[in-house]
Amino acid sequence: MYLLDRPEDIPPRLTNRLHVRITIITVVLVAALATVLLRLWSLQVLSGPHYRALANDHGVLDVRVHPPRGEILDDTGKVLVDNRTVMSLELRPSDLPSNGVERGEELRRLGSLLGLSQGAIRRKVRETPQYAGYPVVLRQGLDRRLLFYLLENRDRFPGVSVERTYVRRYQDGSLAAHVLGLVGQISPHQLTRPQYKGLRPGDIIGQAGVEYTYDKFLRGTAGGQRIQVDALGRPRGTLGTRPARAGDNLRLTLNAGVQEVGEAELRAKGLPGAFVAMNVRTGAILGMGSYPTYDPSFYTQPHTRAQYDAFGNRPGDPLVDRADQGGYPTGSAFKPITATAALQDHLISPSTIFDDTGSLDIGGITLHNAGGAANGPVDMSTALKVSSDVYFYNLGLHARASGNGGQIQDWAFKYGLGRKPDIDVPDATAGLIPTPAWRNHVYRSHSNPYIDRRWTQGDNVNLAVGQGDVQVTPLQLARAYAALANGGSLVTPHVGGRIVDVNGRTVKVIKPPAQRHLNLSPETRSVILGGMHRAADEAGGTSYPVMGSFPIPVAGKTGTAQRDGQQDQSWYGVVAPYNDPQIVVTVTVERGGFGVQSAAPIARAILERYFNTRAAGGIDAAAAAAAGPG
Amino acid sequence: MEAAKPSLTIAPRRPLIERLGLTGIDGVMLGAAVGLIAFSVFTLATSTRNEIAGRPYYFVDRQALYAILGIALMLAISRFDYTRLREVSVTIYALMVGSIAFVFLVGTAVRGSNRWIDLPLFQFEPSELAKVLLCVSLSALVYERVRRPFGLRATVALLAIGLAPAALVFLQPDLGTGIVLVAIALTILFVSGIPWQHFAAIGATAALLAGGAYAAGSAAGVHFLQGYQQDRLTAFLHPSNDPGDASYQVDQSVIAVGSGEEVGRGNDATQTELLFLPERHTDFIYAVIGERFGFIGSSFVLLLYSILFWRAIRVMRMSASFYGTMIAGGVLAMLAFQVLVNVGMNLGVMPVTGITLPLMSYGGSSVLGTFLALGLLQSIHAQARPNGPRPGASVEGGTLSVSLKQGATFGPRGRRKGLGQ
Repeated sequence: MYLLDRPEDIPPRLTNRLHVRITIITVVLVAALATVLLRLWSLQVLSGPHYRALANDHGVLDVRVHPPRGEILDDTGKVLVDNRTVMSLELRPSDLPSNGVERGEELRRLGSLLGLSQGAIRRKVRETPQYAGYPVVLRQGLDRRLLFYLLENRDRFPGVSVERTYVRRYQDGSLAAHVLGLVGQISPHQLTRPQYKGLRPGDIIGQAGVEYTYDKFLRGTAGGQRIQVDALGRPRGTLGTRPARAGDNLRLTLNAGVQEVGEAELRAKGLPGAFVAMNVRTGAILGMGSYPTYDPSFYTQPHTRAQYDAFGNRPGDPLVDRADQGGYPTGSAFKPITATAALQDHLISPSTIFDDTGSLDIGGITLHNAGGAANGPVDMSTALKVSSDVYFYNLGLHARASGNGGQIQDWAFKYGLGRKPDIDVPDATAGLIPTPAWRNHVYRSHSNPYIDRRWTQGDNVNLAVGQGDVQVTPLQLARAYAALANGGSLVTPHVGGRIVDVNGRTVKVIKPPAQRHLNLSPETRSVILGGMHRAADEAGGTSYPVMGSFPIPVAGKTGTAQRDGQQDQSWYGVVAPYNDPQIVVTVTVERGGFGVQSAAPIARAILERYFNTRAAGGIDAAAAAAAGPG
Repeated sequence: MEAAKPSLTIAPRRPLIERLGLTGIDGVMLGAAVGLIAFSVFTLATSTRNEIAGRPYYFVDRQALYAILGIALMLAISRFDYTRLREVSVTIYALMVGSIAFVFLVGTAVRGSNRWIDLPLFQFEPSELAKVLLCVSLSALVYERVRRPFGLRATVALLAIGLAPAALVFLQPDLGTGIVLVAIALTILFVSGIPWQHFAAIGATAALLAGGAYAAGSAAGVHFLQGYQQDRLTAFLHPSNDPGDASYQVDQSVIAVGSGEEVGRGNDATQTELLFLPERHTDFIYAVIGERFGFIGSSFVLLLYSILFWRAIRVMRMSASFYGTMIAGGVLAMLAFQVLVNVGMNLGVMPVTGITLPLMSYGGSSVLGTFLALGLLQSIHAQARPNGPRPGASVEGGTLSVSLKQGATFGPRGRRKGLGQ
């Protein structure tokens, strides 16, 4: 009613101005709507497929399912290395909140769960040896409550995950640690290598020993699970699975019993040393050990960089495998090599006699026998029995040597010395056989202060008795003696026996062929082995005190290497049985004195174990299985 | 010869619409509004099932309730004489400012801003009501000066009155609503006939002030915008990966919309389903529609909004009173601004400002506030100059008496006075 009271409420004629303004508003509105529609068209129709792909990608998480790693067994099937499952708390620093305050807050909460301070966690991350972008294991082995709490509150801890991982378990502590090796995360560099195709950062591979060599079989194949997750990472369903394939098991040629005896003997001696026990005909290694050794389970637990470095730098260099990485002068244990050269190259005949007066004058220097003993006139066989240095000095004096070889040197190379052996554990040393060319080169380049003169024949004399610059590892010596014992076949040593899959089916038999055949005349062989047999069997022989009472006839050679500034190094190399050699054992003990003193007893203990086991039917069956025909 | 019996004239039963007093309703506008709110309920039904464990229809039930209440509210107000509001414009203005201020005292802080008041049924957001109240009160205050030539002082005074509530709201802090209030105020002033030179001057001054204040403030270490507000404004310029990040929401929204392609993904709409898009039933509901119903669905929604805008402009032109024109202008500004900014935000071309999509976003205050505004439009429409033959009206049109009569017909008592029918 009151509209009537207000005459000024004239219904407005749409004035021009108002009309214009309303039109302006209309035009602006239309333009804005058109823009929006255009954008809609662009997003949905033009770029639709692109966004569809992004959306599909989004809620999908690919989880890698790691298979259990293959077990490592000895030749009887005894488990040496297997796996245990452990729940690990992993931290991916790159997935933590980017906001510093939030990150600190999360670490603080995490720390209070683990009983660590925020700073302790950061320190742990810094100190753990790891590659950028790889997860850091904060704790291995979580109790159930912590485990469930973390699983339920996943979204409150971005970057933190709980994973089931397999960790290596070493059943016998440090037994055969060097041979077995280690596993570790694949490095960024390794990821680029073709042999590791298909692996991802964080995958575990073998990094040393047989774990490394046979990694392809042991690691199996990872599977995958495709999970649908929401924006908080919570699983909403499984989209698909690809099963993992468990790793194949590796059966070694190693015999745990033989290995134990060898390692125990070295440990009891308490001096750094090594031993190798090998099948003479096939190269299958029955035992290979080094002292001091280490417990590989250290590497299976989370450790800081400082701990890692400290572990490796302990006195005595426990990480070095002296069996195939320890190159030493061998002393008289080299003499069979020299003898081979002298006989085969017709330097002398087996019946050549030298008069061992206890010393020899060479170019103004007088060289003595060990202990100054005078052996009188000796032939080759006797010289080996009593280990007459003078006899072999003579050989060294007359043997030719020039350039890159020489009569002794060439035979040494043929025996596999001075060259890297083709064994299936990594990083075996080549050792050194001194030649004129080598010596002169080093002298000229001034790279070694101890090499202060050019090659002279004196160096050849030294070589003949295994002194001077020569370096041989116990593995190389074992191969050389085996070649002598088996009639000239330089076998390829191997620790791996066969690969067996989870179903027990043999996937691969490891039987590498011999590297070469030495042309040894039967006479050479019988003279040298005969001399070595007399050394062990006859009174007056250098190893008679230890091996004389051994029930099985053997052929063995002692070695006592003089070394600068320390006690002599003890060596012993033996093949048994003498008439039909099966096994060769070489032992070396640093600062062990005479060969018969330290090395020989250890070798005897090993042989005892081998033959006892064999008599009981242990090694026999296993050796047959590992060796196959011939 | 018998006298003809007087025939019993049984007056035809009046149609329901007339009986309810709703003959002045703009059916097209009503249809578009109902269409939008129905679409909203439908979308919520299909996409928020898993939001709250054990209560799959939590949002649907509530939004449906708001819808019914809102439609009833709209129809009721359409019968009301809006011109009476001019009398109480100052009271309304005071009420508006008061309700905003009240929030500071008793409001609950949600996500860091103080804008809600807990009521038994739902959380009441006074700023939603304030938008409508501003349309009504500012238009009235401007109307007083409509006939006198606009001096600069008058302009400035009106500007101050118009922007004061916006300033208060900015302090809550509620950037989105504040901007909408500014848009409403400016549109009303624009429609009211302020000389364009004044507008130009206002614009220039505003730009200078804002720029200068920001620069000076940054130098002095004072931030006018809270950190997250700043982030949200600029976030759409640089995308990121952090779900907590402001630009993350925009990225997810764009991906969701785009992945809808032509016809949408229906129940495959996992992007919005799997919580990749936060706030999906409020600020980002358009992205949900985009993913589920594709281009067809999204453009259909835009079509419905366009119909609303068209009808609002039409009401502006045919309003019986200049007051109505300005109210309609304010309501149009309110609706259009919110729609464009929200949709633009969902499509990644507008900054994130927390503005909801009228009738589509879930929220009682927003739905009821929008229906209130639409009710005002319907009221203006009902009392408008005739545009063509309408039941019960003479077609003379344009004369005082007819329109007055029409106004009398739909007067406050709502009863039909005889028109001589």
